[in-house]
Amino acid sequence: MTTKERLPREVMAMRIARELKDGYYVNLGIGIPTLVSNYVPPEMTVIIHSENGILGVGPLAEQGQEDFDLINAGGQHVTLIPGGCFFHHADSFAMVRGGHIDVTVLGGLQVSERGDLANWMIPTRGVGSIGGAADLVYGARKLIVVMEHTSKDGQPKLVKTCSFPLTGKECVKMVVTDVAVIDVTKEGLVLREVAPGWTPGEVQAITEPKLIVPRGVKEIEL
Amino acid sequence: MNKVVRSADEAVADVFAGAVIHFGGFAARGVPYDLIAALRRKGTKNITAVCNDIWGGWRNFPDVSVLVANKQVKKLVATFPVPASPTEKTPFEEQWRAGQIELEMVPQGTLAERLRAAGAGVPAFYTPTGFGTQFAKGKETRVFDGREHVLEQALKADFALVHAHKGDRYGNLVYNEAARNFNPPMAMAAKVTIAEVDIIVEPGELDPEAVVTPGIFVQRVVHAPKKK
Repeated sequence: MTTKERLPREVMAMRIARELKDGYYVNLGIGIPTLVSNYVPPEMTVIIHSENGILGVGPLAEQGQEDFDLINAGGQHVTLIPGGCFFHHADSFAMVRGGHIDVTVLGGLQVSERGDLANWMIPTRGVGSIGGAADLVYGARKLIVVMEHTSKDGQPKLVKTCSFPLTGKECVKMVVTDVAVIDVTKEGLVLREVAPGWTPGEVQAITEPKLIVPRGVKEIEL
Repeated sequence: MNKVVRSADEAVADVFAGAVIHFGGFAARGVPYDLIAALRRKGTKNITAVCNDIWGGWRNFPDVSVLVANKQVKKLVATFPVPASPTEKTPFEEQWRAGQIELEMVPQGTLAERLRAAGAGVPAFYTPTGFGTQFAKGKETRVFDGREHVLEQALKADFALVHAHKGDRYGNLVYNEAARNFNPPMAMAAKVTIAEVDIIVEPGELDPEAVVTPGIFVQRVVHAPKKK
């Protein structure tokens, strides 16, 4: 098994930021997804939606400048951009469920060959927290999952069928891992890009379903 | 008309054992802390508590987690009952594993809509959320527009305990930033809505264009001036 270098989370976030367009409304989940906002080009306007009732989430608050009531869904103190606004939970999820969010970025425990996502509970624990994820996965126009390619004990996280409890069925469009960028299509998982120094064969070796490898798979471009 | 009551204790005096109670808040923001403290003093048992999370318990805020820790909650209806990390153990998880507390986990958007529907007199509605997952288990489904949807029911409570920033004597409420969250839908969805507010104002002081919870939904208002 190869012990090659894998991409750090900042680079994964940078790559995902390339999927955003000017004028997009975006929801970023807790963890690596939140980092994506750091890499939006300054000339681009991207409005970040936070499920707890904020449109226009700005950068994290400076230390000492925190406003108690102004947090993101992960409980981090944030700021509000000019043009931002507040609303209640029914309206927040009207935006989510009603198809108004262009891109959602979430973490994953498992993604299946058909784009099923499991990200809220490990079976051995027996209990977990779903939060807003089940709504987000069906509501957003494009769901991007960001995760390590393998689990802490070396198991593939891209699987034929999810064994963990599902967040949503056939909802993932794109997966960015620490070694690859993969599109989920009707025909299956299509490998688009690999991390520097990785070959498609090496990525396949740590992926359970058979990857479709078209001509022209390139190194990740930032 | 004057919906202001003198204290949090007076506001919750008729909350009964076995009541279904909505509690506003998200990650310790917009939580009705004074009303929860009053309920804890009162010791009311076998509560069905509806809330987004008990996150405050893991971060030292006295939200619904204190009622759970004090064994006053028979059933928790929530979207985020346990920390993401499996190594962080909580009183809720301990009671849940011992079969002492029931859990109904609801996707957050579904919970928000079940509350809104209850307040709006809509007994049930279809949502795509949860289709193909355990959140659809035992529920009717139907296809609309070529997509599967799950039938969900309104969630009405005996009491709603909410937190707002300003309230007037007619019960009109406005909120602050992300402390708004579940409070407005919950305020609509109970037989008795009790609002604790940072600031009480006279009718006419709130801009009629900007009232977020019209007073028709609110039965009692309590002044809770301490900033949390």
